[in-house]
Amino acid sequence: MTNSGIFKLAIASGKGGTGKTLLSTNLADYLARKQAVLLADLDVEEPNDALFFHAENKVITPQYKMIPDWQSDRCTLCGDCTRQCKFHAVIRLGEFITVFNELCHSCYACSDLCPEQALPMKPYRMGETRHQILNGLQLIESRLDVGQEQAVPLIHATQKYICELESKPAIQILDCPPGTSCPVVAAVDGADLVLLVTEPTPFGLNDLKLAVETMRQIDKAFAVVINRQGMGDDAVENWCKSENITVAARIPYDRQLAEQYAAAKLAWCDNTALEEALEELALFIQQKQVQYA
Amino acid sequence: MRIAFTSVGTNWDAQIDPRFGRTAFLVLFNEETAQLEAVDNSGVQADAHGAGTAMAQRIYELHPDVLITGNGPGDTASKALKNLHMRIYVEAHNMSLKEAYEKYKKQELTAL
Amino acid sequence: MREIIVLSGKGGTGKTSVTAALGVLAAGKAVIADCDVDAANMHLLMQPVVLKKEAFFSGELAEIDPEACINCGKCEEVCHFDAIHQGFEKYETQPLRCEGCGYCEVVCPTNAISMHARRSGDFFVSTARTGDPMAHARLDAGADNSGKLVAKVKEEAKKLGNQHQRDLILVDGAPGIGCPVVSSLAGANYVVLVTEPSASGLHDLKRLVEVLQKFRLQAGCIINKADLNPDQAEALRTFSIENNIDLLGEIPYDSAFTAAMIQGKTIVESDNQLKQVMNSIYISIQHKINVL
Repeated sequence: MTNSGIFKLAIASGKGGTGKTLLSTNLADYLARKQAVLLADLDVEEPNDALFFHAENKVITPQYKMIPDWQSDRCTLCGDCTRQCKFHAVIRLGEFITVFNELCHSCYACSDLCPEQALPMKPYRMGETRHQILNGLQLIESRLDVGQEQAVPLIHATQKYICELESKPAIQILDCPPGTSCPVVAAVDGADLVLLVTEPTPFGLNDLKLAVETMRQIDKAFAVVINRQGMGDDAVENWCKSENITVAARIPYDRQLAEQYAAAKLAWCDNTALEEALEELALFIQQKQVQYA
Repeated sequence: MRIAFTSVGTNWDAQIDPRFGRTAFLVLFNEETAQLEAVDNSGVQADAHGAGTAMAQRIYELHPDVLITGNGPGDTASKALKNLHMRIYVEAHNMSLKEAYEKYKKQELTAL
Repeated sequence: MREIIVLSGKGGTGKTSVTAALGVLAAGKAVIADCDVDAANMHLLMQPVVLKKEAFFSGELAEIDPEACINCGKCEEVCHFDAIHQGFEKYETQPLRCEGCGYCEVVCPTNAISMHARRSGDFFVSTARTGDPMAHARLDAGADNSGKLVAKVKEEAKKLGNQHQRDLILVDGAPGIGCPVVSSLAGANYVVLVTEPSASGLHDLKRLVEVLQKFRLQAGCIINKADLNPDQAEALRTFSIENNIDLLGEIPYDSAFTAAMIQGKTIVESDNQLKQVMNSIYISIQHKINVL
């Protein structure tokens, strides 16, 4: 376990629309009946976990990343910075050096290497973290400001925010961005276990394979949750068996569930099949917790 | 007047490249000397990100009076070009440079 | 040659299934381009025969030559991405963390570090089972998507279109609203938006339409799973009308949608209500762009 008895469970998927948010929100709510739970929405481009909860008293914390701030009086327009920046975030436009915050990766190279110290790093707002407390559930959601494209720095900032919380629930559920690229790798960093949500269709299987490949590359423990079980075929199930991958739970295909989800409603309390799947999953998580402890 | 085109080729018969940052060439026409000059933009093809701002920096260095292109620069590049006071015409894709230039002369292109 | 881009904002709305169905309806006239390189699924429905495959490189990656490394640790000090650590003997980079900024390369006193093009996936030219040429790609696991691979797929699709004298390029666009989407819009004549009636569906549609308006692109909307939430479906219709988005059609929530996918077919290839809906959507699009 990462630190002091906290179990971090990341929920991810190879592509969007497989039920990541459905699982994260319902599982968090389900577990929160009996123990303190933290749910963090790290899908910072499109966070929507909070739509499923109705909490008052939000604490909003602005989040910053460091970007270079051009000092015209010190600059000799030597152009070192523009040549150093691999992201074309620092460019020379006539007599001006212009920094494009949305492209900057905060690598500090232009700033540290500037012979005139004309590019000191300054904090720049990239988004915010909203923190809400409901009965037994702490809900944390980070959102990038409009026009910001880089998810990774905000994901890191949110992880830091969670680490610095005074009261830390022993179970932390991290709803990750979809896909298999850098934001996902950043979001599952530090997780004890990753649940990969998929659906039993050819698209679901194809995307699951990519997600599994990513988890293996970064050496993460993972298991699969099949959503909409019964909607498609057995290919996902068979593939998991052949690869020796645990299917931790199966959520049955149910039109009513899709309707409740579309209406942003938590469905587990009046959907027995979902409740049973969550129960199975809770047991699985408990076992893992004991294993890691 | 110096007119810049985003272009897939280097001569008057080449098509306008709809892309700004990732255009294949930037072709410059100097109306005074009637010279056509092509700048190869393949260098930017190696970069994953920032093609738009890199092109903006190039355009500042070449400082044409007019730019004729397809979709037009994205948000970031537009910000970069704001102070240049260059006229930008868009939606010239699906035409050759020659056709685009004629339309520009007849003021039939869409100004940004 | 006209270009139609199919986009969806969020995943799971049925964008690829709709694009593939349009591909079947336009068989013999189209080039197919799969720009959804993150979750490239079009090949599952189009079953292409690959004619050409090449590795694709994007961005850079730091590599340390163990022979030249003197273990001074300067690289680790300057790296802000936690991508360099001492290995068994010498310093090593972690490719998945390295962002390719090149700072370590500059500070290394023995020039042991060099930047290399980063392999990020494969690019293919193929023939789809409809007989039409197809350009597609697949990102490696953990690789960063960018406009670059999308631009490459589109460029190749255009070449194929000229070679085979096609009227139409049908593009399965990138997800989200970021740089890859903007890249897939270059040169588009018409945009087809596939959405679903949920709060996030509407939210994503709004953000996409903002992007489209910036590029003055005409667009039409398909509401998938339209009967799942009548209120949200109504909100989507209202938004579309108010923003001058053509309402192209509505696809009901139907198990035939998945059944077709399981068989590796598109929704217009078996006899059901979806086929009629897609046919009428196809005709609407034809009217909008006056070709095919």
